[in-house]
Amino acid sequence: MNGKVTRISGATVCVDLPDLKIGDRVFVGISRLTGEVVRLEGRIATVQVFEDNRGLGIGEPVSTTQGPLLVRLGPGLLGGVFDGLQRPLHKLQEDSGDFISSGQDPFPLDCSRSWDFSSECKVGTVLGTGAAFGRVREGHIDHLLLSPRDGTLARLNTGELQLEQPAAHFEDDQPLLGWHSWPVRKARPVRRKLPPVTPLVTGQRCLDFLFPMLKGGVSIVPGGFGTGKTVLEQTIAKFADVDVVVYVGCGERGNEMAGLLDEFNQLQDPRSDRPLMERTIIVANTSNMPVAARESSIFTAVTMAEYYRDMGLDVLFLADSLSRWAEALREISAALEEMPGEDGFPTYLGSRLSGFIERAGVVETLNGASGSLSMILAVSPPGADFAEPVTQACLRVAGALYLLDTQLAHRRHFPAINWTQSYSLYSDTALAHFTEQHEEWARLQSRCRNILQREESLREVAEVVGMEGLQDADRLLMRTAEKIRLEFLCQNSFTKDAFATPQSTLEQITKLVDEHERISAGLKEGAMLDDLLMEDGNAPG
Amino acid sequence: MRLAEHQYNSVSAIRGPLLFLDRVFAARLGELVRIETPDGRNLSGEVLKISGEQVLIQVFGGTQGLDTCNTTVSFTDAVMRVPLGTGVLGRVFDGSFKPLDDLPMFIPEFRMPVLGAPINPVARAHPVEFIETGFSTIDGLNTLVKGQKLPIFSCSGLPAREMTDQILRQARLTDGGDFVLVFVALGLTHFEYQFYLQSLEHMQSRFVSFINLADDPVVERLLAPRLALTVAEDLAFRQEMDVLVIITDMTNYCDALREISTAREELPGRRGYPGHMYSDLASLYERAGRTHNRNGSVTLLPTVTMPEDDITHPIPDLTGYITEGQIVLSRELHQKGIYPPVDVLPSLSRLMQHGIGKGQTRNDHRDLANHLYRTYAKGCDLRRLEAVVGRDGMQADDRRLLDFADRFETDFVHQGKLRRTIDDTLDTAQRLIDEFREVAR
Repeated sequence: MNGKVTRISGATVCVDLPDLKIGDRVFVGISRLTGEVVRLEGRIATVQVFEDNRGLGIGEPVSTTQGPLLVRLGPGLLGGVFDGLQRPLHKLQEDSGDFISSGQDPFPLDCSRSWDFSSECKVGTVLGTGAAFGRVREGHIDHLLLSPRDGTLARLNTGELQLEQPAAHFEDDQPLLGWHSWPVRKARPVRRKLPPVTPLVTGQRCLDFLFPMLKGGVSIVPGGFGTGKTVLEQTIAKFADVDVVVYVGCGERGNEMAGLLDEFNQLQDPRSDRPLMERTIIVANTSNMPVAARESSIFTAVTMAEYYRDMGLDVLFLADSLSRWAEALREISAALEEMPGEDGFPTYLGSRLSGFIERAGVVETLNGASGSLSMILAVSPPGADFAEPVTQACLRVAGALYLLDTQLAHRRHFPAINWTQSYSLYSDTALAHFTEQHEEWARLQSRCRNILQREESLREVAEVVGMEGLQDADRLLMRTAEKIRLEFLCQNSFTKDAFATPQSTLEQITKLVDEHERISAGLKEGAMLDDLLMEDGNAPG
Repeated sequence: MRLAEHQYNSVSAIRGPLLFLDRVFAARLGELVRIETPDGRNLSGEVLKISGEQVLIQVFGGTQGLDTCNTTVSFTDAVMRVPLGTGVLGRVFDGSFKPLDDLPMFIPEFRMPVLGAPINPVARAHPVEFIETGFSTIDGLNTLVKGQKLPIFSCSGLPAREMTDQILRQARLTDGGDFVLVFVALGLTHFEYQFYLQSLEHMQSRFVSFINLADDPVVERLLAPRLALTVAEDLAFRQEMDVLVIITDMTNYCDALREISTAREELPGRRGYPGHMYSDLASLYERAGRTHNRNGSVTLLPTVTMPEDDITHPIPDLTGYITEGQIVLSRELHQKGIYPPVDVLPSLSRLMQHGIGKGQTRNDHRDLANHLYRTYAKGCDLRRLEAVVGRDGMQADDRRLLDFADRFETDFVHQGKLRRTIDDTLDTAQRLIDEFREVAR
């Protein structure tokens, strides 16, 4: 099926090609640039081009695959680095050098690699859609191969296999390969969604203790520039207790991606003692790469995340940053001359966003296992003003808010999580879980919160009357609060302190709170604060 | 490739820097066109949009004197390419690559598209090599590394110009290597330009400059940084030199972007700036970097003047989201007579962690920097209290912190026109900390 280009306005191109559907993938021009149909009017289709289309001329040929944009799913995705269209960046570098050129379409999986395929199925086994027909070993995980359709197995070839060699055949002689494809924008089906119950340990004391996250939950991390969104996201990517991490650098800095790759190749996963990269998939669509591919990058990435979830694994999806995705949506919408909503964003921003975020959750997979997909999403509000549409739209669907504070960042308090405005709707569930393991957890958490809140109100008083104008009890509280802030909430991501187990988190806060209670008890008996501190071996504060 | 070059006289409309041409056969997006004015001048332009047979062209060099009857346009069948080669060194060009130094155009070795291509993220090498700028506030507390993009956020009337000028003369690599300088003036006044000219003359053949002054065509203000960065990429990634790109002033660039965007009738975003300004700025800033395969590097130091001293204004805001940190100048410090008036608290270098310490600067660098930051931040917090109760009404400890904050500003931040080596910087830091501890006893 062939047509031609009739109109070009930036990356938005009109083509004359009949019988297209919305979402179909088309190849535009002589250099076969990838595009997606976004609007149809009679014979004329409006196509969003995902690559740099400078030099594209009127009348150049257009063709289509008659199907949507696809993500290729199979063993070998882990450790991969892809762009927003799932093009493997290492392969692109081999093919075309250090700079990315348009019109390249290498296959994302390595078809020359052999996998040791084993199966519990037999000839005659009836497979449903999404049922496992075998497994291969991928790094530290058992990679289940899932059937993309239903049918009865007629033949089975176990042993060393490459991806293009059939692992099995159905009775109708259709082969089952080690990989299959899936539409980028379609959520993968599950039997049902389950409520999230297990805490996701991030290794960040402030988060795990005050604002815990659950496996299958969604939290958002808004913060102005320089508040440490990226460092926080990357630190969580390193240490979170999940099986697979999918990290999307969506419209962010190239140098940061380079740093992330360096580190992930060198660092070991503390749980499996293998390189961190082996449990990670990176999607990198930096800010200077084409805008439309930035828009699709989060969908490409979440589809890969769902694929691993469907094997019954715990997957963590991190995106940095969702605002860049929303801006890409805005640019595309403006190019289509749609009516703008708030701040120029299209009015469907909210629904598109909730459609995406709802792909997170704990699920019972088609294979009968339970898997989870959790999301921690960075948001970059312009001017650090949280009233803007993207933050607000995210807040309506996210279960936890980790608000990064510019003032804290200026004081080099990192992670700069504001403890008065952040919240987690998962607190109660997580607390029940943690309290089972450490019965003190709930008491300490409320005490710690209480001390930090008191400090907030006392600080205003102290600013007027000075510290020595405060009563001893209040001075003690200010002192403890400072210690909690500096020794407990602050956590340096560049040292060994970057990861804290729940056990060590609890020990640390117990020490601080106990000391506070002890001195507090002394004060009640009439002793002076400075004397008590001296006894405790501390300099008067 | 078209065999015959066809000339069109079918201009239907001219609006600001934009020209509409009808009945065009087979134009290309981004194609370079030649425009002949009724009085025989030659201009160039670029195809922005094609709708069937109608083509929208952005004209470089201003549309004064164009009409709809006698203007002719011819298509070149090529996107705009930048002439490159070693002949570019030591030269001064305007915003459309015409020599301004009365010398003939150099003979290009080859040409590259002006927009460049994004560096593949896996080909990038993480920037780690320390650059000494000679300023304590940058070297010690907000370290610049090779391949970084670090803007200076200034306010009108602050000496960003003097600072930039000093950096371009003083910047050194740890191995003592020099930089090749690519200097881009965007919308500068003649007065400001004269100032830089003296420094450029000292650089002899280690520089290239692109000059678009305040009364030069606005469209060229968008082109000049792209020409400069294409040249910089060539010097860095083909000829393996370390290139320092200085762009001043990006605020003028963004205003030009707004002007052109309005002429194109695009939807205005915050404060009238176009919604694609983030992507547009990123297409410039992201060209800084290093790669694993090549020795050269592009380090980018743009200046941004914050309108109304407001760091949340869209220009500094979007810049801060793209660049790897920012150096923020403060009017308050400037009024205290401190030079350079760098406010270290909102300043930041994101790539500092890997560019300091053993092998780059000194082992004690990280600790000293953290210590200075923490103590100075405490001192600054106390200044509000001081304003209420007065210094005499404060505890001895607090007075000590206040003294430290003052000393930090006068001894560490302030250095006048002197160049400090990294050792000088760290020694000064150590001395301040020692003195602070001394008083405590």
